[in-house]
Amino acid sequence: MISVQDVSLVFTGRRDHEGVRALDSVSLEVGSGEIVAVVGPSGCGKTTLLELICGLQKPDSGSVESAPAALMPQRDLLLPWLSAADNACLALRVRGVNRSDSLALVKPWFERLGLSGFEQTRPAQLSGGMRQRVSFVRTLLAGKPVLALDEPFAALDALTRAEMQQWLGTALAAEEQPRTVVLVTHDVEEAALLGDRIVVMSPRPGRVIADITVGLPRPRTRTDPAVVALREQVLGLLGAPV
Amino acid sequence: MSGAIRRNASWLLPALALLLLLGMWQLYVEITGVSSLVLPSPHDVLRALVNDRGTLLRNLSRTALEIVCGILVAVAFGFAAAVLIHYSTLARRALYPLLVASQAVPVVILAPVLVLWLNFGLRPVLILIALVCFFPIVVTTLAGFETVDPELLKLMVTFDASRWQRFRRVELPSAMPGLLTGIKLAAVFSVIGAVFGEQDSGSGSGLGYLLNATLNNLEPAEAFATVCVLSAFAILLFVLLTVAERRMLPWAYQMKEIQSR
Repeated sequence: MISVQDVSLVFTGRRDHEGVRALDSVSLEVGSGEIVAVVGPSGCGKTTLLELICGLQKPDSGSVESAPAALMPQRDLLLPWLSAADNACLALRVRGVNRSDSLALVKPWFERLGLSGFEQTRPAQLSGGMRQRVSFVRTLLAGKPVLALDEPFAALDALTRAEMQQWLGTALAAEEQPRTVVLVTHDVEEAALLGDRIVVMSPRPGRVIADITVGLPRPRTRTDPAVVALREQVLGLLGAPV
Repeated sequence: MSGAIRRNASWLLPALALLLLLGMWQLYVEITGVSSLVLPSPHDVLRALVNDRGTLLRNLSRTALEIVCGILVAVAFGFAAAVLIHYSTLARRALYPLLVASQAVPVVILAPVLVLWLNFGLRPVLILIALVCFFPIVVTTLAGFETVDPELLKLMVTFDASRWQRFRRVELPSAMPGLLTGIKLAAVFSVIGAVFGEQDSGSGSGLGYLLNATLNNLEPAEAFATVCVLSAFAILLFVLLTVAERRMLPWAYQMKEIQSR
């Protein structure tokens, strides 16, 4: 589904001659229907990796092959002039689906994600968690086999974040055709809760330092000893005091 | 009750202040006995407004036509220029500095030149108004385009949005509040353009022409009445545009309200 082979990327600065080495020979294979969580400290090139997968960047060396991917950004980036439902329709409308058909496709997702009754509400009047769910529906309905989620819950408070992680797991499981998901996060617990695999990256320049296959059943809870152990293992790899 | 007072207070207090100023003005004229050729009293101005209402309205209709057409021309060209400058780095580098520098030229001195080129009549006035209104529209529309989050455009790319779709669905609506701000500024500036244009173009009608004529005829009360009508028209235009803005772009107001909370 996704094949990243030995990719390096340097951002050339405007004045300094060196530039910033964002990624250093990164390789990553993601199979169909897999949920891969990519964790690492800030500035390790996680977002760059997603942009490569989405085709928004080209690598300096190495190769990136991926099935079409739709991005869900860290900030919801909803359009303030559109209602929640029309925002969720955006990708469908871009694909040429007419408005009433798009709204019909959005409706079951709004029901599933507790957004019913807020279809006509503008983003400014929704809570952060709700906006993030609308943003998720929008990305989901882009109809791409790969979902590239860039720290989707980082901007939320801890309680809402925990809630969102739970429904993301449910929402992904509810799909008939399981999506391939690359979830970038700096929240190790989130990775342990949601990932089939956890890819750990080093600080800049980003390298893959571990690729852990998570064999745990779902749904997982954060108090599950196996999840806690996994979290501690990843934190250890990242060099954090456990 | 107190809510009603608070709601009305936004226009009630300025109205009272205005009445107070007018009263002081009237009092000053009556106490000092200053010649009405130098300073007509509010009462004289009011009388002129009533007596000359036919002339004032006829000239207002002419000026209003010039202003509305001038603003429309400025919107068309200003918006097109903003789009061009926004999309083309070359246009931005080549045109934007010229545009900014052009603001150092007082547009009013262009009036006689325009008459020279375009002859007398509606056209030089209209073009002068359009020139005055062009710059604020370009600048505020460009600022509107600049509010677009680059991340949002990346997102649109992953949705396979074409250049046109990105413009139509994201950039154009983002620029709308800027454009409307520009038109509101233009409405205020347009009156200046109209007055100078009419004075120089020898158009023979319009409030700017009337202002000049009444001053030359030593009719200051009539001149003041003309200024009143001109100001009232500019204010009305501004209010209408504000109402239109609220109707057309309620989301921009919602965001402002939430931010100010």
